[in-house]
Amino acid sequence: MARSPRPELTHPLASMPDTAPMIDIRNVTKRFGAFTAVADISLQIQTGEFLTLLGPSGCGKTTLLRMLSGFETPDVGSIHIAGEEVTHLAPYRRNVNQVFQSYALFPHMSVRDNIGFGLRMQKVSDVETRQRVAEVIDLVALGGFEDRMPHQLSGGQRQRVALARAIVPRPAVLLLDEPLSALDAKLRHQMQIELKRLQKRLAMTFVFVTHDQEEALTMSDRIAVFNKGRLEQFGTATEIYHQPRTAFVADFIGEANLLDAELLSRHGTTGLIRLDGGLEVRVPLSAWPLDEPRAILSVRPEKVCISAAPIEGAENSFEATITEEIFQGAIDRLKVRTEAGTVFTAVVANESAMMRPFHEGDRVWCGLHFDDLIVVRANATPAT
Amino acid sequence: MQTLPSANAENPHARRPGLAGWLLLAPMVVWLLLFVVAPMAILLVYSFCTRDDLGRVVFSFTWSNYARVFEPIYLQVLGRSVLYAGITTAICLALGFPVGWFIARQRAVVRNRLLLLVMIPFWTSFLIRTYAWISILKSEGLLNATLLAARVIPEPLEMLYTPAAVMVGLVYAYLPFMILPVYGSAEKLDNALVDAAHDLGAGPVRAFSEVIIPLTWPGITAGILLVFVPAIGMFAITDLMGGAKVAMIGNVIQSQFTKARNWPFGAALGIVFTLLFVLTYLGLQWRARRARS
Repeated sequence: MARSPRPELTHPLASMPDTAPMIDIRNVTKRFGAFTAVADISLQIQTGEFLTLLGPSGCGKTTLLRMLSGFETPDVGSIHIAGEEVTHLAPYRRNVNQVFQSYALFPHMSVRDNIGFGLRMQKVSDVETRQRVAEVIDLVALGGFEDRMPHQLSGGQRQRVALARAIVPRPAVLLLDEPLSALDAKLRHQMQIELKRLQKRLAMTFVFVTHDQEEALTMSDRIAVFNKGRLEQFGTATEIYHQPRTAFVADFIGEANLLDAELLSRHGTTGLIRLDGGLEVRVPLSAWPLDEPRAILSVRPEKVCISAAPIEGAENSFEATITEEIFQGAIDRLKVRTEAGTVFTAVVANESAMMRPFHEGDRVWCGLHFDDLIVVRANATPAT
Repeated sequence: MQTLPSANAENPHARRPGLAGWLLLAPMVVWLLLFVVAPMAILLVYSFCTRDDLGRVVFSFTWSNYARVFEPIYLQVLGRSVLYAGITTAICLALGFPVGWFIARQRAVVRNRLLLLVMIPFWTSFLIRTYAWISILKSEGLLNATLLAARVIPEPLEMLYTPAAVMVGLVYAYLPFMILPVYGSAEKLDNALVDAAHDLGAGPVRAFSEVIIPLTWPGITAGILLVFVPAIGMFAITDLMGGAKVAMIGNVIQSQFTKARNWPFGAALGIVFTLLFVLTYLGLQWRARRARS
């Protein structure tokens, strides 16, 4: 297959399935004393991809990032970046740059000197340094702040300086360690969009660490979900959200009703399961690819249909009582309890300002479609 | 006491002290007036006086004491003092910076223990510690005995009462005064800044010169002042470990007030010497301010 010299980078997975990955992490393990921070992780990251390492604190995502930047060395395994083995290479010999969580701007240097630092270290000429610094200052909209010192900048401006400083040496990979966590919510959302745009424009490989699942869904081409040093699932945002493979992923990304389920009987292509609390529900057997009799059913709150009448077209329809109703602006959050005693959380859109459709104590019908029922193993095993 | 350059010195948020502030300062101000300003004033007056045959101060105005300060013999002593103090400071910086840096990079528990180790010698009198060095370095001392027993040397080395012995004594006495301020600065330095320098392509040397040195500079200058200033005026160590063979400016001043009973000349030496400190200090401050802007 002929490869074009400048491949389209916005959809790296679709356009370059057969090129060598930009980052190739092979069976990497890292321990700190008795604690295993990263356990046998293998991960390939494509050129031009926006990849997010997502997980709760202590899950190993930051340790993995620090092994990419060179501040930590794997105990086992190897790391290749742009075809070159870098497992034991010092940070200052790697063609990667990092945006630090604390920004780590040099307090004794102006914005201009901070941004030009990497170029000075590479012994780029003064003329070229000046020009490239000016370009990147333009790119991150910091014009007029060149001579300010870091302590004279706001949090958002510092964040831009840190970003500019890391991209101006044109690294093969940009590593971002929770760079938005110190910003307030509104600025954070704005920066998420800006970062994503910037990444597309530069066609640079971004590896982004966050514990914020919403941030991950907004920005990433692909997401690697970590838990306790292990890779739980690796896939696109849509895959991770709609087809979680473990209870952890279902719960961590978005919201999910997670209910213990037991397979009661099989009827052709459908199976009958009994949920925690006693409700019996039919599921497609294809959703139950497990040989075990017990598993966990995951249902997103927005996929629990609530109606005053029986729900047509839903494979499962049952009566329930609303036990809690919380108004949240665009949505209403409901807790419903079936007669059998199974409790679901559901969200419904507040479509009209005139009325709130449901109230505490209402008798309603709940519906569950086959397509929205996800079954995951009771004891999560890491995906490969 | 020296006022040391610190990060707070130019704090833009500093308020003017109110009445309570001045009251809190009062004991210190009184102390300084009585025991620093007043004695200095007396010295200044004395330095323009003469003395009679019995060594009593005669209040008559003369420049002759100052003229004498600049006679070659005293300039030579002053030059030697600056040299010794300079070498002491350089060695203390070379030894003390890595130690201060290392301590600052440890976990809190380890850090406090190491700091305690640095400070433990202060629990013993300075003179006793100097005598301990004498018993180590003398001909029949610990070091010679060990080297002889190990057959490294055939006969005892003459180590005591040499310029080298004075240097050992000075470095030993003033090393903690370098370690502690360097530690103070290094402890405040965010490790991420060093990481960032490496990440942007700075090797160990560049990271050191571009980031670590500038950001620990307040501690370094404080250490230099704390070592250089007292070392230049030190007379006990040069007497005890140098066998009074290596005269430094402190020895000369001391002998003017004691043996020679020439207080006016001693006062003139003291004043010139103090001016020298003030100029050094202002010079360092000027450099620091220039480095910041």
